[in-house]
Amino acid sequence: MELIVFVIASAMVLAGALGVVLRSNPVHAALSLVLTLFGIAVHFVALGAHFLAAVQVIVYAGAIVVLFLFVLMLLGIDKSEDLSIEPFPIQRPLAIVIGAGLAGLVIAAAVRARDALPEGTPLESGGDSNIKQLAQNLFSDYVFAFEFTSVLLIVAVAGTVMLTRKEKKGGES
Amino acid sequence: MLLALAEPTTTYYLILAALVFAIGSVGLMVRRNPLVMFMCIELMLNAVNLTFVALATRFGNIDGQTAVFFVMVVAAAEVVVGLGIIISVLRRRPGATADDLAELKG
Repeated sequence: MELIVFVIASAMVLAGALGVVLRSNPVHAALSLVLTLFGIAVHFVALGAHFLAAVQVIVYAGAIVVLFLFVLMLLGIDKSEDLSIEPFPIQRPLAIVIGAGLAGLVIAAAVRARDALPEGTPLESGGDSNIKQLAQNLFSDYVFAFEFTSVLLIVAVAGTVMLTRKEKKGGES
Repeated sequence: MLLALAEPTTTYYLILAALVFAIGSVGLMVRRNPLVMFMCIELMLNAVNLTFVALATRFGNIDGQTAVFFVMVVAAAEVVVGLGIIISVLRRRPGATADDLAELKG
Protein backbone atom coordinates (compact mmCIF):
# COMPACT_ATOMS: atom_id res chain seq x y z
CA MET A 1 0.00 0.00 0.00
CA GLU A 2 2.74 2.42 0.97
CA LEU A 3 4.66 1.59 -2.19
CA ILE A 4 1.60 2.44 -4.30
CA VAL A 5 1.32 5.83 -2.57
CA PHE A 6 5.05 6.35 -3.11
CA VAL A 7 4.86 5.53 -6.82
CA ILE A 8 1.86 7.79 -7.46
CA ALA A 9 3.30 10.72 -5.49
CA SER A 10 6.70 10.30 -7.16
CA ALA A 11 5.04 10.36 -10.58
CA MET A 12 3.35 13.63 -9.57
CA VAL A 13 6.65 15.10 -8.38
CA LEU A 14 8.63 14.11 -11.46
CA ALA A 15 5.91 15.12 -13.94
CA GLY A 16 5.64 18.52 -12.26
CA ALA A 17 9.41 19.01 -12.17
CA LEU A 18 9.72 18.18 -15.87
CA GLY A 19 6.80 20.51 -16.56
CA VAL A 20 8.57 23.41 -14.83
CA VAL A 21 11.62 22.94 -17.04
CA LEU A 22 9.97 22.04 -20.35
CA ARG A 23 6.85 24.21 -20.50
CA SER A 24 7.37 27.33 -22.59
CA ASN A 25 4.58 29.33 -20.92
CA PRO A 26 5.64 30.57 -17.45
CA VAL A 27 2.07 30.24 -16.09
CA HIS A 28 2.03 26.56 -17.02
CA ALA A 29 5.43 26.20 -15.37
CA ALA A 30 4.07 27.72 -12.15
CA LEU A 31 1.09 25.33 -12.18
CA SER A 32 3.46 22.39 -12.75
CA LEU A 33 5.35 23.61 -9.69
CA VAL A 34 2.11 23.31 -7.69
CA LEU A 35 1.85 19.66 -8.82
CA THR A 36 5.39 18.99 -7.59
CA LEU A 37 4.76 20.71 -4.25
CA PHE A 38 1.59 18.69 -3.63
CA GLY A 39 3.44 15.47 -4.46
CA ILE A 40 6.13 16.36 -1.94
CA ALA A 41 3.41 17.11 0.64
CA VAL A 42 2.06 13.59 0.06
CA HIS A 43 5.56 12.22 0.69
CA PHE A 44 5.74 14.25 3.91
CA VAL A 45 2.47 12.70 5.13
CA ALA A 46 3.75 9.23 4.22
CA LEU A 47 6.92 9.92 6.23
CA GLY A 48 4.94 11.08 9.27
CA ALA A 49 5.80 14.79 9.04
CA HIS A 50 2.20 16.00 9.26
CA PHE A 51 2.94 19.56 10.32
CA LEU A 52 5.43 20.09 7.50
CA ALA A 53 2.95 18.69 4.99
CA ALA A 54 0.40 21.30 6.08
CA VAL A 55 3.02 24.06 5.97
CA GLN A 56 4.15 22.86 2.54
CA VAL A 57 0.64 23.22 1.13
CA ILE A 58 -0.11 26.53 2.87
CA VAL A 59 3.22 28.34 2.45
CA TYR A 60 4.58 26.90 -0.79
CA ALA A 61 1.52 26.11 -2.85
CA GLY A 62 -0.62 28.76 -1.22
CA ALA A 63 1.73 31.72 -0.86
CA ILE A 64 4.90 31.34 -2.93
CA VAL A 65 3.30 30.08 -6.13
CA VAL A 66 0.55 32.69 -5.83
CA LEU A 67 3.30 35.30 -5.51
CA PHE A 68 4.91 33.94 -8.68
CA LEU A 69 1.61 34.09 -10.56
CA PHE A 70 0.96 37.57 -9.19
CA VAL A 71 4.27 38.85 -10.54
CA LEU A 72 3.71 37.11 -13.88
CA MET A 73 0.33 38.77 -14.30
CA LEU A 74 1.53 42.13 -12.93
CA LEU A 75 4.44 42.41 -15.33
CA GLY A 76 2.56 40.94 -18.26
CA ILE A 77 5.32 38.53 -19.16
CA ASP A 78 3.00 35.55 -19.23
CA LYS A 79 3.61 35.02 -22.94
CA SER A 80 5.17 31.86 -24.23
CA GLU A 81 8.90 31.92 -24.59
CA ASP A 82 10.24 30.40 -27.80
CA LEU A 83 12.29 27.51 -26.50
CA SER A 84 13.77 26.69 -29.90
CA ILE A 85 16.06 29.74 -29.76
CA GLU A 86 19.42 28.83 -28.28
CA PRO A 87 21.80 31.74 -27.74
CA PHE A 88 24.69 29.44 -26.89
CA PRO A 89 24.48 26.23 -28.93
CA ILE A 90 26.55 24.18 -26.47
CA GLN A 91 24.51 25.24 -23.43
CA ARG A 92 21.71 22.65 -23.47
CA PRO A 93 23.74 19.49 -24.16
CA LEU A 94 26.25 20.59 -21.55
CA ALA A 95 23.49 21.29 -18.99
CA ILE A 96 21.91 17.89 -19.61
CA VAL A 97 25.28 16.15 -19.24
CA ILE A 98 25.98 18.00 -15.99
CA GLY A 99 22.48 17.24 -14.64
CA ALA A 100 22.71 13.56 -15.54
CA GLY A 101 26.14 13.37 -13.95
CA LEU A 102 24.88 15.06 -10.79
CA ALA A 103 21.90 12.71 -10.53
CA GLY A 104 24.10 9.68 -11.25
CA LEU A 105 26.65 10.61 -8.60
CA VAL A 106 24.08 11.31 -5.88
CA ILE A 107 22.05 8.17 -6.68
CA ALA A 108 25.21 6.05 -6.66
CA ALA A 109 26.14 7.49 -3.27
CA ALA A 110 22.63 6.87 -1.87
CA VAL A 111 22.57 3.28 -3.14
CA ARG A 112 26.03 2.56 -1.80
CA ALA A 113 25.16 3.96 1.62
CA ARG A 114 21.82 2.18 1.93
CA ASP A 115 23.10 -0.32 4.48
CA ALA A 116 25.29 2.19 6.29
CA LEU A 117 22.39 4.40 7.39
CA PRO A 118 21.78 3.71 11.08
CA GLU A 119 18.21 2.90 11.98
CA GLY A 120 17.05 4.98 14.94
CA THR A 121 14.05 4.46 17.15
CA PRO A 122 11.00 5.46 15.13
CA LEU A 123 9.44 8.82 15.94
CA GLU A 124 6.13 8.75 17.75
CA SER A 125 3.25 9.05 15.37
CA GLY A 126 -0.49 9.31 15.72
CA GLY A 127 -2.53 12.14 17.09
CA ASP A 128 -0.68 15.44 17.39
CA SER A 129 2.60 13.95 18.60
CA ASN A 130 4.48 15.17 15.50
CA ILE A 131 3.48 18.77 16.18
CA LYS A 132 4.32 18.42 19.88
CA GLN A 133 7.77 17.01 19.19
CA LEU A 134 8.51 19.67 16.59
CA ALA A 135 7.34 22.46 18.90
CA GLN A 136 9.42 21.18 21.82
CA ASN A 137 12.49 20.97 19.58
CA LEU A 138 11.89 24.37 17.98
CA PHE A 139 11.24 26.27 21.18
CA SER A 140 14.01 24.71 23.25
CA ASP A 141 17.07 23.84 21.17
CA TYR A 142 16.48 26.22 18.28
CA VAL A 143 14.73 29.12 19.98
CA PHE A 144 17.41 31.66 19.02
CA ALA A 145 17.34 30.59 15.39
CA PHE A 146 13.57 30.83 15.51
CA GLU A 147 13.73 34.40 16.82
CA PHE A 148 16.28 35.35 14.19
CA THR A 149 13.97 34.13 11.42
CA SER A 150 11.55 36.86 12.47
CA VAL A 151 14.35 39.42 12.04
CA LEU A 152 15.08 37.88 8.62
CA LEU A 153 11.46 38.18 7.54
CA ILE A 154 11.22 41.82 8.63
CA VAL A 155 14.46 42.67 6.81
CA ALA A 156 13.20 40.88 3.69
CA VAL A 157 9.89 42.76 3.71
CA ALA A 158 11.55 46.15 4.33
CA GLY A 159 14.15 45.49 1.64
CA THR A 160 11.51 44.53 -0.91
CA VAL A 161 9.53 47.68 -0.19
CA MET A 162 12.69 49.71 -0.70
CA LEU A 163 13.53 47.88 -3.94
CA THR A 164 10.19 48.16 -5.64
CA ARG A 165 8.96 51.60 -4.62
CA LYS A 166 8.78 54.29 -7.24
CA GLU A 167 11.15 57.22 -6.81
CA LYS A 168 9.36 60.52 -6.44
CA LYS A 169 11.87 62.71 -8.18
CA GLY A 170 15.06 62.27 -10.18
CA GLY A 171 14.01 61.03 -13.59
CA GLU A 172 11.24 58.72 -14.67
CA SER A 173 10.69 55.56 -12.64
CA MET B 1 0.25 -8.89 -4.58
CA LEU B 2 3.89 -7.94 -4.34
CA LEU B 3 3.39 -4.22 -4.84
CA ALA B 4 1.12 -3.95 -1.81
CA LEU B 5 3.55 -5.71 0.53
CA ALA B 6 6.79 -3.91 -0.16
CA GLU B 7 7.54 -0.69 1.68
CA PRO B 8 9.52 2.20 0.24
CA THR B 9 12.86 2.52 2.02
CA THR B 10 14.81 5.69 2.72
CA THR B 11 16.97 5.04 -0.35
CA TYR B 12 13.93 5.39 -2.61
CA TYR B 13 13.27 8.84 -1.22
CA LEU B 14 16.93 9.82 -1.61
CA ILE B 15 16.90 8.69 -5.26
CA LEU B 16 13.71 10.65 -5.95
CA ALA B 17 15.21 13.75 -4.31
CA ALA B 18 18.39 13.39 -6.39
CA LEU B 19 16.32 13.23 -9.59
CA VAL B 20 14.28 16.32 -8.67
CA PHE B 21 17.45 18.21 -7.71
CA ALA B 22 19.08 17.32 -11.05
CA ILE B 23 15.98 18.38 -13.01
CA GLY B 24 15.94 21.69 -11.13
CA SER B 25 19.62 22.33 -11.79
CA VAL B 26 19.24 21.57 -15.51
CA GLY B 27 16.32 23.98 -15.65
CA LEU B 28 18.36 26.64 -13.91
CA MET B 29 21.11 26.25 -16.48
CA VAL B 30 18.84 26.07 -19.53
CA ARG B 31 15.95 28.48 -19.00
CA ARG B 32 16.44 32.21 -19.49
CA ASN B 33 13.24 33.66 -18.03
CA PRO B 34 14.28 34.85 -14.53
CA LEU B 35 10.95 33.79 -12.98
CA VAL B 36 11.24 30.24 -14.32
CA MET B 37 14.82 30.12 -13.03
CA PHE B 38 13.39 31.00 -9.60
CA MET B 39 10.90 28.15 -9.86
CA CYS B 40 13.79 25.80 -10.60
CA ILE B 41 15.52 27.00 -7.41
CA GLU B 42 12.31 26.14 -5.53
CA LEU B 43 12.45 22.66 -7.05
CA MET B 44 15.99 22.17 -5.77
CA LEU B 45 15.05 23.43 -2.29
CA ASN B 46 12.13 21.01 -2.19
CA ALA B 47 14.34 18.11 -3.17
CA VAL B 48 16.62 18.90 -0.24
CA ASN B 49 13.61 19.20 2.08
CA LEU B 50 12.50 15.72 1.05
CA THR B 51 15.97 14.39 1.88
CA PHE B 52 15.86 16.04 5.30
CA VAL B 53 12.46 14.57 6.19
CA ALA B 54 13.32 11.10 4.88
CA LEU B 55 16.51 10.97 6.94
CA ALA B 56 14.78 12.44 10.02
CA THR B 57 12.30 9.58 9.85
CA ARG B 58 15.06 7.04 9.31
CA PHE B 59 17.22 8.25 12.20
CA GLY B 60 14.27 8.85 14.52
CA ASN B 61 15.49 12.40 15.14
CA ILE B 62 13.15 15.38 14.88
CA ASP B 63 16.02 17.82 14.12
CA GLY B 64 15.69 17.18 10.39
CA GLN B 65 12.10 18.37 10.39
CA THR B 66 13.14 21.52 12.28
CA ALA B 67 15.75 22.18 9.59
CA VAL B 68 13.05 21.88 6.92
CA PHE B 69 10.99 24.44 8.82
CA PHE B 70 13.88 26.92 8.65
CA VAL B 71 14.52 26.15 4.98
CA MET B 72 10.90 27.02 4.25
CA VAL B 73 11.19 30.36 6.08
CA VAL B 74 14.39 31.24 4.23
CA ALA B 75 12.85 30.18 0.92
CA ALA B 76 9.88 32.47 1.50
CA ALA B 77 12.18 35.42 2.33
CA GLU B 78 14.37 34.64 -0.69
CA VAL B 79 11.38 34.57 -3.04
CA VAL B 80 10.13 37.91 -1.71
CA VAL B 81 13.49 39.64 -2.20
CA GLY B 82 14.16 37.95 -5.55
CA LEU B 83 10.78 38.85 -6.98
CA GLY B 84 11.31 42.45 -5.80
CA ILE B 85 14.58 42.60 -7.73
CA ILE B 86 12.97 41.02 -10.80
CA ILE B 87 10.08 43.52 -10.69
CA SER B 88 12.40 46.53 -10.46
CA VAL B 89 14.61 45.19 -13.27
CA LEU B 90 11.76 44.31 -15.60
CA ARG B 91 10.10 47.66 -15.00
CA ARG B 92 13.08 49.33 -16.63
CA ARG B 93 13.69 46.75 -19.32
CA PRO B 94 10.51 44.90 -20.26
CA GLY B 95 11.10 41.40 -21.53
CA ALA B 96 14.61 41.11 -20.16
CA THR B 97 16.06 37.62 -19.94
CA ALA B 98 18.83 36.51 -17.63
CA ASP B 99 21.36 37.07 -20.42
CA ASP B 100 20.37 40.73 -20.71
CA LEU B 101 21.09 41.27 -17.02
CA ALA B 102 24.76 40.41 -17.38
CA GLU B 103 25.72 44.05 -17.65
CA LEU B 104 24.06 45.00 -14.33
CA LYS B 105 23.52 48.59 -15.43
CA GLY B 106 19.85 48.66 -14.56
